[in-house]
Amino acid sequence: MPAVSKGDGMRGLAVFISDIRNCKSKEAEIKRINKELANIRSKFKGDKALDGYSKKKYVCKLLFIFLLGHDIDFGHMEAVNLLSSNKYTEKQIGYLFISVLVNSNSDLIRLINNAIKNDLASRNPTFMNLALHCIANVGSREMAEAFASEIPRILVAGDTMDSVKQSAALCLLRLNRTSPDLVPMGEWTARVVHLLNDQHLGVVTAATSLITTLAQKNPDDFKTSVSLAVARLSRIVTSASIDLQDYTYYFVAAPWLSVKLLRLLQCYPPPEDAALRSRLTECLETILNKAQEPPKSKKVQHSNAKNAVLFEAIALIIHHDSEPTLLVRACNQLGQFLQHRETNLRYLALESMCTLASSEFSHEAVKTHMETVINALKVSLPQFGSRDVSVRQRAVDLLYAMCDRSNAKQIVAEMLSYLETADYSIREEIVLKVAILAEKYAVDYTWYVDTILNLIRIAGDYVSEEVWYRVIQIVINRDDVQGYAAKTVFEALQAPACHENLVKVGGYILGEFGNLIAGDSRSSPLVQFNLLHSKFHLCSVPTRALLLSAYIKFINLFPEVKATIQDVLRSDSQLRNADVELQQRAVEYLRLSCIASTDILATVLEEMPPFPERESSILAKLKKKKGPGKLPDMDDSRRSVNGNTEHSENTDTTNKSSTHSFTDVLNLNSAPSSGANLLIDVFSESSASPAATEVSEENFPRFVCKNNGVIYENQLLQIGLKSEYRQNLGRMYVFYGNKTSTQFLSFSSSVSSSDLNIHPKAVDPVIEGGAQMQQILNIECVSDFSDAPVLNIQFRYGGALQNIAVKLPVMLNKFFQPTEMTSQDFFQRWKQLGAPQQEVQKIFKAKHSMDTEVAKAKILGFGVALLDGVDPNPANFVGAGVVHTKSTQVGCLLRLEPNMQAQMYRLTLRTSRDSVSQRLCELLSEQF
Amino acid sequence: MMRFMLLFSRQGKLRLQKWFTSMSDREKKKIIRDMTTMVLARQPRSCNFMQWKDLKIVYKRYASLYFCLGVESQENELLALEIIHRYVELLDKYFGNVCELDIIFNFEKAYFILDEFLMGGEVQETSKQIVNRSIEASDMLQEDDSSEWYEVELFG
Repeated sequence: MPAVSKGDGMRGLAVFISDIRNCKSKEAEIKRINKELANIRSKFKGDKALDGYSKKKYVCKLLFIFLLGHDIDFGHMEAVNLLSSNKYTEKQIGYLFISVLVNSNSDLIRLINNAIKNDLASRNPTFMNLALHCIANVGSREMAEAFASEIPRILVAGDTMDSVKQSAALCLLRLNRTSPDLVPMGEWTARVVHLLNDQHLGVVTAATSLITTLAQKNPDDFKTSVSLAVARLSRIVTSASIDLQDYTYYFVAAPWLSVKLLRLLQCYPPPEDAALRSRLTECLETILNKAQEPPKSKKVQHSNAKNAVLFEAIALIIHHDSEPTLLVRACNQLGQFLQHRETNLRYLALESMCTLASSEFSHEAVKTHMETVINALKVSLPQFGSRDVSVRQRAVDLLYAMCDRSNAKQIVAEMLSYLETADYSIREEIVLKVAILAEKYAVDYTWYVDTILNLIRIAGDYVSEEVWYRVIQIVINRDDVQGYAAKTVFEALQAPACHENLVKVGGYILGEFGNLIAGDSRSSPLVQFNLLHSKFHLCSVPTRALLLSAYIKFINLFPEVKATIQDVLRSDSQLRNADVELQQRAVEYLRLSCIASTDILATVLEEMPPFPERESSILAKLKKKKGPGKLPDMDDSRRSVNGNTEHSENTDTTNKSSTHSFTDVLNLNSAPSSGANLLIDVFSESSASPAATEVSEENFPRFVCKNNGVIYENQLLQIGLKSEYRQNLGRMYVFYGNKTSTQFLSFSSSVSSSDLNIHPKAVDPVIEGGAQMQQILNIECVSDFSDAPVLNIQFRYGGALQNIAVKLPVMLNKFFQPTEMTSQDFFQRWKQLGAPQQEVQKIFKAKHSMDTEVAKAKILGFGVALLDGVDPNPANFVGAGVVHTKSTQVGCLLRLEPNMQAQMYRLTLRTSRDSVSQRLCELLSEQF
Repeated sequence: MMRFMLLFSRQGKLRLQKWFTSMSDREKKKIIRDMTTMVLARQPRSCNFMQWKDLKIVYKRYASLYFCLGVESQENELLALEIIHRYVELLDKYFGNVCELDIIFNFEKAYFILDEFLMGGEVQETSKQIVNRSIEASDMLQEDDSSEWYEVELFG
């Protein structure tokens, strides 16, 4: 039993909660809950009218059950009844239930709105607050429609109580976020801004939140708030800490309001009025000064609140980006925090400095802290290094942001050395960042080539295809580095164990430029070939395919090794390779080398032409990974810092004048060209693997009318399916067949679905060569849907990571139960479903021969019952069934009329739901 | 603005959930799962902030309970931390040395207190006195339900 039960405890509720807590197992809990649900249901349905207290108690129990994670599908009406009770506690529980279990049932929303309307008109502040909270919690469009015009009136009325004003301001803010079009501000604007002068700090705090959001959308309308905000802020920062009474938090004057005012000011450029501007500068200086004062309390709450205001002030300084002295002071303050013993402050300082690094005034000042930031990465230095991965992540971000030509070599070197011990979760990102910096700041490309090869050596598994594609792209485009690249990969390949990505780069580069180092007897053509071929058998199929292409290029470059290579191509392990792609290449290359003249060979196997300059695919990948706002790329971050319309003209000019001008050697920032799939097209010749994770849906349509078969197949893997469905549930057996003789390692699969509940059983991470593994998926159809789930598969095959995505054939028609009915019933229902949106019709050309038996089989396979003798025309097909979903069942009638002469069909579907009719028609019409 | 606040135990049992934007049950369940696993996996003495998708996650442990806030990216992390602290103070004041059991057995009260403090994902009232007074006032209403509403005024 609870230690405290204040107010009027509901004994029955406490007993029920105790019972649940005493349940020894999940089953016992469910049993207890079902018993309670049955009890409540019978009470609600009983003849005896319940008194308010009982109703409240049962509604509260339902709420508790829901919060335990169970579904609640009744009790809404009783909760709505409670809203109109004149007893406060009953009303309060009613509103709580509605807020937590919003139901889009439109009848109820109308009733709820009615209760809200009464409470808003009651002039009882407690009731008004409950009603406003309910609107803010639900925030639905219907509510916005009903109350959007009423709430501003309450907000600015002279006789509204302070607490109601606060609720009204935030309620309006919520409605403005969900349905901005319904909240007309025009006439209220001036009076809302005036709330910044209110006596009550709680009202000012709530109003500032509202004004900030509105000002972000319409800065011009709320311009007058700037001077009021500065005045208010100035009064707070200069006040003695006791002046603000209960709004002083651990000796800090009104931290919440201060931060909100500083945030509001970030919607605008620095004030133009000189007096106002200097008053604001004074405020910011005072805040910076306070940071140097001894703390007034040892409590962490004191320092948190104080520093919260400080960080927000720094954010404003960075946003204005106009006062060099303030910027440098801000930077030094952050520098102090970088070495603070509080992890939180180190984290925030790193984050804040990241934006500061993009200001032209403070970029240099930020750079002076580089050593400290680098130390944050060093786990071996406990006094600096942080064990916290989120802090180190921020440190990497900052190093990336502060990097320029002057420090690129050092930063890249530090990141590389950190990479050796970095947390797995951030390795891929570090690899991308190193690759981008190395390219962006490369003065001499030998350094670039060294850096990328180091990347592959240290973290080969995390080097994505984009990275090694890019190094090849650059080497091909720059002839001054080709010789060096050939020499370096040749040396790197000498290592007894090297990463498969290195073999790929090595194979490609030697195939193109091996001749540049062939003069040296230590790297003669034969030595080069033997070196590459020694790696061949350890590599995956795509890499072997690439190596075969390198070999044929060798035949062209070095006629002296032609015979050796032909022998290799001719061997059984090539010509009779189980892999089709490898076999085909071996056969074709061998024939080409035998019959083609030297001239033809030279033309066919000519050096690759330079690649067109495009946006670095690596940069694109990093952007995708981090989201657009997260990349501290010079141009991007400046735009987001100053990104309001007011300021945009200035921004343009500052942008042009901000000349750390990174000479963009490789056109890193140029817009991607239309088909920016980059090297994939070029490489499709040499790499047999499908382009990353495009979702395969090739076989999908074949499964509309059947449940078993092969859904996907490539050279490595075959995926077969067997499925069975009953009502709204289904079970799918997925069979993964390893077609190779090698193990698949780290095999994993996941299913993503927006509409269905799908629970995959766990699978073994290893599939032996030639073996098949089964996985069971349990499927639940919740409501009608149109997007099929996607099965994502990942595994390692010979060192290379394979990603496969397959669209799973779970469609709406799988949840059909066939319904037999008489001709009379059929036509009666057909007429009932006569509303225009319930019927969907499609006329289409037959794609297959129009065989009656095949058509019948397809309709049966689709899941409906085929009804004989219903349609007066015996050539037509008529079917009926019910789609079962967890929430509803949808009856469906269909009719298919073939027209042999025109080779056309007409398909008509009638169901009670237009979305269902539409989807089923799309699915079925594709089958004929 | 804040998007959600979750309270869960060290065993990952959810004790309170407050959502400030409308979301489907699926999304909610996914967030709850992600938050409990991420937060519970953190090393002691790590910082209280994490990046998760486009949100900042701010969390803090009080005794056996974790308080976890999801806020939008422009929000101030340190103040979010103090929002959690102030809520704990409010609970503490009401229950007198609050413990996990108080929140389990009086979950509706925990919601009412939160509603006095936060609204629509923003801070509504930061004064501890004012929040406490209105909670006490509504308790008075609870004890004597026939009373007229102006009782609130007496304390206001």
